[in-house]
Amino acid sequence: MSLKIVTANRLRDGAVVYLAGSARWSERLRDARRATDAAETDALLAAAERAVAAQEVVAPYLIDVVQADGTIHPVGTREIIRASRGPTIKPPVGSFRQDESHV
Amino acid sequence: MPLIKNGAAADDSWTTALTPDELGHTGPLIVTLELWHAHRERLLGRNGPIGIRLASNQAPDLIAGDLHRFDLVALEFPKFADGRAYSHARLLRERHGFSGELRAVGNVLRDQLLFMVRCGFDSFEVADDRPLDGWEAALSEIDIVYQPAADRRAPVTTERSERPAVAANWAY
Amino acid sequence: MYRYDEFDHRFVAQRVEQFRDQVQRRLSGELSEDEFKPLRLMNGLYLQLHAYMLRVAIPYGTLSAKQMRKLAYIARRYDRGFGHFTTRQNIQYNWPKLNEVPDLLADLAEVEMHAIQTSGNCIRNVTADHYAGVAGDEIEDPRVYAEMIRQWSTLHPEFSFLPRKFKVAITGSPNDRAAVRVHDIGLRMVTNEAGEPGFEVIVGGGQGRTPIIGATIRKFLPKQYLLSYLEAILRVYNMLGRRDNIYKARIKILVKETGAEKFAELVEREWQAIKDTPVDLPDAEVERIAAYFAPPAYQTLGAYQPSFEEQRLADRDFAAWVRSNVAAHKQPGYSIVNISLKPEGGVPGDASADQMDLVADLADRYSLSEVRVSHMQNLVLPDVRQTDLYDLWQALVEGELATANIGLLGDIIACPGLDYCNLANARSIPVSQRIGRRFADLKRQHDIGELTLNISGCINACGHHHVGHIGLLGVDKKGEEFYQITLGGRRDEQASVGRIVGPAFSTDQVVDAVETIVNTYLDRRVDADERFIDTVGRIGLEPFKEDLYATH
Repeated sequence: MSLKIVTANRLRDGAVVYLAGSARWSERLRDARRATDAAETDALLAAAERAVAAQEVVAPYLIDVVQADGTIHPVGTREIIRASRGPTIKPPVGSFRQDESHV
Repeated sequence: MPLIKNGAAADDSWTTALTPDELGHTGPLIVTLELWHAHRERLLGRNGPIGIRLASNQAPDLIAGDLHRFDLVALEFPKFADGRAYSHARLLRERHGFSGELRAVGNVLRDQLLFMVRCGFDSFEVADDRPLDGWEAALSEIDIVYQPAADRRAPVTTERSERPAVAANWAY
Repeated sequence: MYRYDEFDHRFVAQRVEQFRDQVQRRLSGELSEDEFKPLRLMNGLYLQLHAYMLRVAIPYGTLSAKQMRKLAYIARRYDRGFGHFTTRQNIQYNWPKLNEVPDLLADLAEVEMHAIQTSGNCIRNVTADHYAGVAGDEIEDPRVYAEMIRQWSTLHPEFSFLPRKFKVAITGSPNDRAAVRVHDIGLRMVTNEAGEPGFEVIVGGGQGRTPIIGATIRKFLPKQYLLSYLEAILRVYNMLGRRDNIYKARIKILVKETGAEKFAELVEREWQAIKDTPVDLPDAEVERIAAYFAPPAYQTLGAYQPSFEEQRLADRDFAAWVRSNVAAHKQPGYSIVNISLKPEGGVPGDASADQMDLVADLADRYSLSEVRVSHMQNLVLPDVRQTDLYDLWQALVEGELATANIGLLGDIIACPGLDYCNLANARSIPVSQRIGRRFADLKRQHDIGELTLNISGCINACGHHHVGHIGLLGVDKKGEEFYQITLGGRRDEQASVGRIVGPAFSTDQVVDAVETIVNTYLDRRVDADERFIDTVGRIGLEPFKEDLYATH
């Protein structure tokens, strides 16, 4: 089975987050806790559901990742774009990135 | 199932029969359309108030001829997103002149209460034991309505004609 | 334009507080996401790829300078300094935070704006001709009726849980600039034999998965019955529309499965029962609303303005901009100015907060403080004196808002696509930029002439690719972004759905494919006056297919 991680959006501000611990979410994909078998993915999803019930995140789901260069990388255009935390093109001149909130 | 009437919890004197075995119940009885069709004579012969329960795909004209026999009509919301009963309720009130109790049953949630009241519902079988204190608030959250419906609220057009609104051409 | 009275103000303030309470109940857990989702959608708040997205309503695409300034403020205060004007004349913000949205909505309410019903299975923003009120070919300003429909549909208790979303468009002119034939309900003003104005009512048009041109169910509806007739249509739809399959839940499916004639009968029957009930507005109320759309106090000017003509002759760039971006106004001495939000290398429809402020200032100075949004993702200044055009153009040039490409190949309409949207299969914006770069030469664009190119990143067709002269649909083929091309779509009174030319093109191939299509047109047109869409109509798709696929 390939490596899997869980991702979701933070309820409060909609930011993309990745499950990094049993109750900890990170904005960085590489912090995500990996699952290598069915038991581990079940555990990840259960932790995600607890976070949903605690009003921390919405719509968690599993995604595939691959190991390379000593870290994990997203698979597929959609998750690559999501992990880059913004569009692949430059927004208009005069726009700005707000400071990212605490991890 | 908790019942709400007039924005507060109320006792429910009605029983709902979903199967033929339950038709023997004395006292106010709600039956499904299928049961009404199958056992109409028997139900007509019984003492006590009778009500009918319609599924969301059962329009009021199916019972129009018998409507005067019912003290209560219950309309189902199988999922809150299934909004057919809003139309059915308005037709019952405005087209067929039904003046008995019009009850919303099924996935009935506080945030749809105002829509339901405006369409003519006057009692609500709540989905679960959510706090009931919000229900009365839900009715008064918005007191401007933009269109006539089955309730008595005057649409804003009536209010406008009755008293000229404050000057609209505010300087920008 | 319409101004809120005390009732409208109270309503929108109450709505903000209602949503504030709903957000609180969501954050506290009293409301689950399933219960909260329809509530936030009915306040225009989506959950998208990177963040929440808020769609703010711009009713029938009309806004004041003051409102535009507030949109700029919202972009800076709550977002990342820009917004996106959409194909339904609304504006979208891509980074609002849920816990700040109630304050954002309160700020909007101060200038009579909101995000009510811009999503959800309810009646959405009524769109209209972006030249409404100023076009010479108009029977009446359709925005009077758009405003009536807006109010009637607001929190309509019977129609807030429809089988699916519901979109209405209205044109006051026989030349349809509002694409009424590809909406759930399209209203086209017409006159009867006695010369009285009324509406042709078209139902069941739409794009998306199953694009269909709408059917006329009533050739003439007297104006005074507009709302009762709409109520009848919506009631039939609410009761009979399919609820078993979200891909078959739009009214277009109901009309198709029922048959347009039978559907019209159902509506007529229901309408007969309600047409003399109070849902239609009293004359006094119609007049009250109509007064807001009365023509402004135009100056009496001659149609020929010598200074303007001289400036045109003296400055070729100005002349090119006038040719493509300035349209005829019904009042002599005035013009309609289109502001292109399609600079080469930009994002179609995006505007920075600074640009919004600039447009607001220019509207105040040159356009009687009014702005419009077109469903081609551009802005319009509707009331500009010809003698002001040169100064206005220079100011627009400074703001990078003067690209002279309206209606030309560079004026690409593109949905946000996979760069922003959860529903997308492919990106739209990068393709639009690469096509824009390939055809950057404005002289070349002018030579090609009128050519609408629409890009959608998925089958939901928010880029309206079905009605593009050239349409691109992004698809996912084994994890790669491919683009299926359609030709011959039209959104006007001769609306038609574009036809697929053949297998989809890869990201690497698609720009060449578009260039091949353009070259085929240039080779085959009878002369420079034959527009692309007319050449397609005349010669069909075969020559294009041959040139596109011959070497494969």
